[in-house]
Amino acid sequence: MEEAVNIVILALMAVTVIGIVFIRNLMAVVMLSGIYSLLAASVFVVLDAVDVAFTEAAVGAGISTVLFIGTLALTTRIEKKPAHKPYLPFIVVAITGAALIYGSFDMARFGDAEAVTNKHVAPYYLENTKKHTGIPNVVTAVLASYRGYDTLGEVVVIFTAGIGVILLLGSWRRGLTPPAPHKRDEA
Amino acid sequence: MKDYLVLRVITKLLVPFILLFGLYVQFHGDFGPGGGFQAGVIFAAGFVLYAMVFGVASAQRILPEGILRAGIAGGVLIYASVGLLGLILGENYLNYSPLSHVSKEGQHLGIFLIELGVGTTVASVMMTVFFTFATWREK
Repeated sequence: MEEAVNIVILALMAVTVIGIVFIRNLMAVVMLSGIYSLLAASVFVVLDAVDVAFTEAAVGAGISTVLFIGTLALTTRIEKKPAHKPYLPFIVVAITGAALIYGSFDMARFGDAEAVTNKHVAPYYLENTKKHTGIPNVVTAVLASYRGYDTLGEVVVIFTAGIGVILLLGSWRRGLTPPAPHKRDEA
Repeated sequence: MKDYLVLRVITKLLVPFILLFGLYVQFHGDFGPGGGFQAGVIFAAGFVLYAMVFGVASAQRILPEGILRAGIAGGVLIYASVGLLGLILGENYLNYSPLSHVSKEGQHLGIFLIELGVGTTVASVMMTVFFTFATWREK
């Protein structure tokens, strides 16, 4: 059953990607990439990684889609025809893809509890998280407490991204724009 | 967007639930899936939806640029100061155990506070980026 679900989701992802490659209407491409993220989130749910699925659904399917739509509003909605034949990029992509597939042969078997990656630090966290922090969600405990320093770095990255957008597109030098005067909404 | 009656009514119905769900994910992250990052994005998504239907100006009356900028910096500050608090109380940086008499309660409190910081920064950055993109051409 689980395998059938996996096959269906992965097949839908492949179809979505083919659609993204061939469609020139960028609005449709943005929608398809949102669907792709939602499918990826479903894969994570099947893999029992609900926290990751949650993030993928919120960031990939939600916020990125909105930001892409915002970008399209500032630029254009139709992709231009490429000026040259796509053979060279196709060869590069094919070689990279082949290398990635070759690399995946060394990966642990799907869901293998005896794999080296699952034997290293994971048992330590699963055993001791409750003892150290008293928190049932191990993912949160690892993110916020054991690896709190890394998460601080992540927050600083988001902080930097926000500051960058304000500096590039915002009204940093002009100062804050006063909020628009209240007028009755049409609703 | 005053012609889209269905969109406007549904948005008004949905936004409170989206914000409430964001708060739930924020404060329930140590027990269920979720945490500051997801909560911040969900919370921002509620406001983004509102801004898309009712206009950025209406959304900015509730959350002006100044508050969002304070949120961007404030979240990181909360996070970093909780870490410093551990240092001052004689432990390692970002060790929350000394925040309370009981080590586990200190961990709980510390994780709660830093998740709050993460949520604040993420929500503020997401909304700022969207508002900036949406209003760029007007300026």
